[in-house]
Amino acid sequence: MSDLILRELRLAATGASALLPLIFFLLVAMLFPFAIGPDAPLLARTGGGALWVAALLAALLPVERLVEPDRASGFLDQLALRGMSEENIAAAKLAGHWLSFGPPLMLAALPAAALMKLPEAVLARLELGLLAGTPGLAALTLLTAALTAGLRGVGALGGLLMLPLAVPILIFGAGMSDPVAGAGAVKLLAAASLFLVAITPFAAGAAIRAARD
Amino acid sequence: MNAAGPLLRLAQVACIRGGRLLFEELDLILGPGDAAMVTGPNGAGKSSLLRLAGGLLSPAAGAAVRGDSVALADEGLALDAKLSLGRALDFWAKMDGRDAAGGMAAMGLAPLADVPVRMLSTGQRKRAVLARVIASGAALWLLDEPGNGLDSEGLDRLGAAMAAHRAEGGAILAASHQPPDLDGARQVALG
Repeated sequence: MSDLILRELRLAATGASALLPLIFFLLVAMLFPFAIGPDAPLLARTGGGALWVAALLAALLPVERLVEPDRASGFLDQLALRGMSEENIAAAKLAGHWLSFGPPLMLAALPAAALMKLPEAVLARLELGLLAGTPGLAALTLLTAALTAGLRGVGALGGLLMLPLAVPILIFGAGMSDPVAGAGAVKLLAAASLFLVAITPFAAGAAIRAARD
Repeated sequence: MNAAGPLLRLAQVACIRGGRLLFEELDLILGPGDAAMVTGPNGAGKSSLLRLAGGLLSPAAGAAVRGDSVALADEGLALDAKLSLGRALDFWAKMDGRDAAGGMAAMGLAPLADVPVRMLSTGQRKRAVLARVIASGAALWLLDEPGNGLDSEGLDRLGAAMAAHRAEGGAILAASHQPPDLDGARQVALG
């Protein structure tokens, strides 16, 4: 199991696509002020929500590389022959994927917040929200990747599948930026994220098993 | 290795793929030292029979029972393209609690240990897949078109490895559309 997690990290670290979600995230953070204009109070008010949308879309980018290459190359078959359950495979992939996605995104949020002129208090809440929300996003990405493994033209379909399910994370994540309602939002965000993390090993595992037939 | 019972027992097995019945009422028992060669035209269900024997597919009817260690060599390379061949094979050998060096030497891959997997030729990939099976130490080998892409030297090495495996009490179920080359192997004709 730990070998599998290390392998996911190695794949993420050596692949050129690993940095793509981060670059995408920063790019949105750069473009947003151009579109809104240099109005600092307005940027500070809307920036948190915009960064959450950027995080959500960045999470969608690795959908095609998480499961399908392993299915096509027979990697999943070889694991199954060695008696590893699909649920364990999915759990290892989830852990490996979050480690390569969550903490880097939280780091990238620092320059992104500066571009949005977010106040320090809002940045702190954004980081806390990303800590609570990125496991859910990672789980959703893996779930989508497992469900669409073996299909062609996954990019658009993956978005259609994943984005509606990510709405709770988006609502509560962006809601955290609100200084008054933020305290309640973080609990709901953590709950939504935990729910996704809890069901994904089983749902993605079942999807991987079904893709074998 | 489990020397007592059969390493593979297929009883009245049927396989349906994509709504089409490929074969039914198939019986096969492989004990230590046994080998069977599955023959048949393309699409007859040879690969499906191997996947069924390995537990990757469930039979539509009947029962498939196998020992606790199975190794499969099919068209799936299942090696990380950016790793060197040695490290990529070590990943699986470590999972099996074994050392990959023996399998690599058996297939003549030792000089290629530092070459990235993505640089390997078709025949070298096939050798790597077979080396993983040899290194796995599994009692039952499932080989799907094991000779495809191998040169005559590779075929000789494969033949020697298969003979050694059977001499050690292992069993082999191989599928090929070519005439069989396993000594004393049973024939399972599909289609």
